[in-house]
Amino acid sequence: MPKTKGYSMEHKTNRWGWVFVTLSTLLILLFVFYPMIQTLITSMQSGMGSNLSFVGLKNYTRLLGDATFKKALFNTFLYLIIQVPVMIILALLIAVVLNDPKLKFRGVFRTAIFLPCVTSLVAYSLIMKSIFADDGLFNKMLMGLRIISSPIPWVTDPVFAKILIIIAITWRWTGYNMIFYLSGLQNIEPSIYEAADLDGASAFRKFTAITVPMLKPIILFTTITSTSGTLQLFDEVMNITGGGPANATVSISQYIYNLCFKYSPNFGYAAAVSYVVVLIIVILSFIQFKIGGDKREH
Amino acid sequence: MGKKRLARAFKYLWLTVVSFISVFPFFWMIIGSTNRSIDVTRGKLTPGNYFMENLNTLLASDQGFLRSLLNSAVIAVLTTILALLISSLAGYGFEIFRSKARDRLFSVLLLSMMVPFSALMIPLYRFFGSLGKTPLKIIGLNTLPSVIIPTLSTAFLIFFFRQNTKSFPKDILEAARMDGLGELAIFFQIYFPTMKATYAAAAIITFMNSWNNYLWPLIALQTPDKRTVPLVISALGTSYTPDYGLIMTAIVIATLPTALVFFVMQKHFVAGMLGSVK
Repeated sequence: MPKTKGYSMEHKTNRWGWVFVTLSTLLILLFVFYPMIQTLITSMQSGMGSNLSFVGLKNYTRLLGDATFKKALFNTFLYLIIQVPVMIILALLIAVVLNDPKLKFRGVFRTAIFLPCVTSLVAYSLIMKSIFADDGLFNKMLMGLRIISSPIPWVTDPVFAKILIIIAITWRWTGYNMIFYLSGLQNIEPSIYEAADLDGASAFRKFTAITVPMLKPIILFTTITSTSGTLQLFDEVMNITGGGPANATVSISQYIYNLCFKYSPNFGYAAAVSYVVVLIIVILSFIQFKIGGDKREH
Repeated sequence: MGKKRLARAFKYLWLTVVSFISVFPFFWMIIGSTNRSIDVTRGKLTPGNYFMENLNTLLASDQGFLRSLLNSAVIAVLTTILALLISSLAGYGFEIFRSKARDRLFSVLLLSMMVPFSALMIPLYRFFGSLGKTPLKIIGLNTLPSVIIPTLSTAFLIFFFRQNTKSFPKDILEAARMDGLGELAIFFQIYFPTMKATYAAAAIITFMNSWNNYLWPLIALQTPDKRTVPLVISALGTSYTPDYGLIMTAIVIATLPTALVFFVMQKHFVAGMLGSVK
């Protein structure tokens, strides 16, 4: 008899398990996985608006000759390659210093550095745009310090506009990543550092030989999320430069948006562009796991 | 000893510089909200007395700022309540009623975190657009529900609740079952009150994301009366002659709710941000 009871209990448990998870599973299937398949199908169609017909891989071959697409891809990778490492190193350097328990005002510093996270992306974009206006505060400061003699056209110069976007994103997200490292650092046994001190290890040596290896999983995590975030960059470019001048700062997400809602809608082609982003995210995450992942951790 | 003190001084200097850079734009936007547009773009750093004028101009403008505050509040509050309910049920279910099949399903759901929104927006736009011709048009494009519905279930929140459920004392469950409590009753009467801190952290992060969301509302909401705060601020900022005094006033008001939550519940706020790496 106990056997049957055990079976029915398990059966009951199993049924309740499905009751609890079904609604959210269905929503994710309906609003993530199903649309993903639809986008893949759409990427092999062409036509105006919703009037689409099958064209095979034509949209993908068209990408190869699309100058704006190449520009968007180049820009996005430029943001990625410069901004993500700079931000991660900055965040690490802040977290390591902030982790010193003997430091005064730690809470104040932490709160201040984390504060940019409360702003919306649209809001901080416009704040940056106003600070970096032609006759604005930042140029005035640089001119006051005699670093430049005439104002830098931050928003309208193709190179400086890219730098501005990178500065802006770094301002918004460094504190966010710093918090992850800080929480990771708190899990490292202080005795490891004490042993290193006894061996006479320098601060730099402790950083490279203890801190970075111990934080590796978290660095991997933040690298993947930052990479994915940068590949989806939209709000900042849209609100600081609008993608200009002449698409000099346009990101892939913004190009997809433009293809759908700004120019005459071409959903098929836009879908193909968005699948390139999917592909890049998959490849980059895979590479990052290979480089950063420890085999034992699996 | 001298070297150590120098190192210490250097640490304080570094943290002070970074803190200053982090906080300055907040100071800037508050000062900006009290000045005229021309003073903001000229980098005026002292408060003026144009705040009331900026506020009145903002409220009187045809952008519908007040309306957008209401829309954003409705969307963010409903999203937070529903998303927490739906995701915590799932996080609890995946952890408490573990099975091979559900563990596999969970791994598949996690993959959805990798999907860029740009790969979803075309079908979502067309799906909610197609509802416009049916009785379901009350949740079709250009309605507040069309903004809320696709964001209700996220792998991030499910993962967050599952991770936190790991520390939930399971003995209580057995005791409650012995007392004849049903599974749903256990969830609502025992799990929910025990996990208040987890719900608080999840609520903060969900509310923030919803309140600040830009791309999907930009696509889904088309008429001015439906717009959310970020859409109005963006419209103010990208007009041909942006009025920065006005914009800074709008940004100060829009940032107030999230900043308040941050200062009042900083611990939960950080917990929500950290969420997935516990």
